[in-house]
Amino acid sequence: MKKLSARRRHPLAAVVVLLLALAATGGLYAAFAPADKAQADETAQSLAIDEGKKLYAVGCSSCHGTGGQGSSDGPPLTGVGAAAVDFQVGTGRMPLQQQGAQAPKKKVIYTQAQIDQLAAYIASLGAGPSVPTEKQYSPKGADIAKGGELFRTNCAQCHNFTGEGGALTHGKFAPSLEGVSPKHIYEAMQTGPQNMPSFPDTTMPEKEKKEIIAYLDAVNGEKTQSPGGLKLGGLGPVSEGLFGWIFGLGSLIAVAVWVAARTAKAKKS
Amino acid sequence: MSSQEIPEENLPSKQETEPQHGSVVVPDDNPFADPGLPPHKHRIQDIDEKAARRSERAVAFLFTLSMLATVGFIAAFVTIPADKSIFVWPIGHISGLNFALGLTLGLALFCIGAGAVHWARTLMSDVEVADERHAIEAPAEVKAKVMADFRAGAEESQFGRRKLIRNTMFGALALVPLSGVVLLRDLGPLPEDKLRHTKWAKGKKLVNMNTHEPLRPSDVQVGSLTFAMPEGMSEHDHDFQTQIAKAALMIVRIQPEDIKDKRELEWSHEGVVAYSKICTHVGCPISLYEQQTHHVLCPCHQSTFDLSDGARVIFGPAGHALPQLRIGVNEEGYLEALGDFEEPVGPAFFERG
Repeated sequence: MKKLSARRRHPLAAVVVLLLALAATGGLYAAFAPADKAQADETAQSLAIDEGKKLYAVGCSSCHGTGGQGSSDGPPLTGVGAAAVDFQVGTGRMPLQQQGAQAPKKKVIYTQAQIDQLAAYIASLGAGPSVPTEKQYSPKGADIAKGGELFRTNCAQCHNFTGEGGALTHGKFAPSLEGVSPKHIYEAMQTGPQNMPSFPDTTMPEKEKKEIIAYLDAVNGEKTQSPGGLKLGGLGPVSEGLFGWIFGLGSLIAVAVWVAARTAKAKKS
Repeated sequence: MSSQEIPEENLPSKQETEPQHGSVVVPDDNPFADPGLPPHKHRIQDIDEKAARRSERAVAFLFTLSMLATVGFIAAFVTIPADKSIFVWPIGHISGLNFALGLTLGLALFCIGAGAVHWARTLMSDVEVADERHAIEAPAEVKAKVMADFRAGAEESQFGRRKLIRNTMFGALALVPLSGVVLLRDLGPLPEDKLRHTKWAKGKKLVNMNTHEPLRPSDVQVGSLTFAMPEGMSEHDHDFQTQIAKAALMIVRIQPEDIKDKRELEWSHEGVVAYSKICTHVGCPISLYEQQTHHVLCPCHQSTFDLSDGARVIFGPAGHALPQLRIGVNEEGYLEALGDFEEPVGPAFFERG
């Protein structure tokens, strides 16, 4: 003990004491907390709803109404479910920057914890699809070929054959699905954000959504290879034909003109 | 060709004294006299042997490069595994084999072309040559020879004497084209009333194309989009594509108070409406459905239909509204058709009326 007391004025003494205290508190919490887990969860849930309500009042209520009842500037949010909030806020589409044809994807301004709180509050307004778990959306082991078939039946008309996106009416567009996380793709199919129709489990079961995500991961994911290279945005024959006509034929003509225009004579005339 | 082989009269030393090459017509009073060819000008390779040697080396270099590229092509084909992926800026991830084969073959072909062009431009003779046109008519003796040959041939083949051979040959030649004429039958038969009917009929359940299960009204939520085919059809049927091209159906649910068209509301079931998926313009599959506006856009020519107003055409070249299928619910609670489409689906045709 003598040694210990001798070192009590050491510069690092305070740090050591702090670490010991933290470890003790954490250990005690771990030992006693599980006993009343259910109660803690419920409190956490109502806490999240309260926090979400505060965030909602600041960030969303000016358009969607103070109680999510909607206004002329934004649709009602009762019954849209937590999945819709997680998609719209989690991809940065909400809060809206300005009214327009459609809300574009932009920088996410809330943390995932805040998004969860907002989602908890909106879910408390009316029953709706909840945020999917990883088990639901993970494409592992799903049938990619079947997913391709489903994608061409249900999605390709707007999002193009490999999810490159495409134009709709009056400035609206189907966005590219490149780099969109499986969770957000799942939520979009489940909830039908903005003008996209929804594909609920009743008409497109969870397994089929997974297969579609697996297909997208295979043809438009991070590790997707394009064996031919230079896929020109993957938009289809129009852009490829245009490229061939302009750059292919153009460079042939340019070379022919260049060959003929340069005189080989010693004295230029 | 090196400069030693250039015609003597083209060398600059000769040109100063001799008349210019190509001036074949002597100027006279004729205002339209042929001015002849302009004076020939020399290339540096014609005058300077060193430059000619440089050009020779350049051409030889291009041809050698082509040879090396071909060797590279074969080496790449043998050594690079087909599934090897490499990253090439700015193309991105690409099959290494494809890239190497394309690059080497392209280089080999380009170098042959570039070498030939350089050779022709710098070393091959570039002396202008005038060549008079010859008469189009053949000389009389050639004509007489051809006629004599023809008559001799006809005589030797006994074409005129053996009438049986001649007549059967005419018969054979006349009949051969009939095969082609008979094939035209495949343009028909006329479709009769096939364009007016689809596989839909009273009591046929609406089968979800994703799950191949019959649909219930509760499955179809507001804002969702579902595709359906008539019950009893299978993707393995030999005529599946022919039939689905007419029978394809899109099903959406619209709040009944949002449906503006009275007939549409009558033909729907609790707001579930079923429309043909085939555009009435030229028959593209049309399902770019915007769930907030209830507009459906055709990707081919941008015809737009309002599904909340009897699928009326609100934009584009389509001639008439999308046909609606009258639906109801059977005693088991499944959605069913209450008959076929009342009007032909898809694009217009002459007899459509």
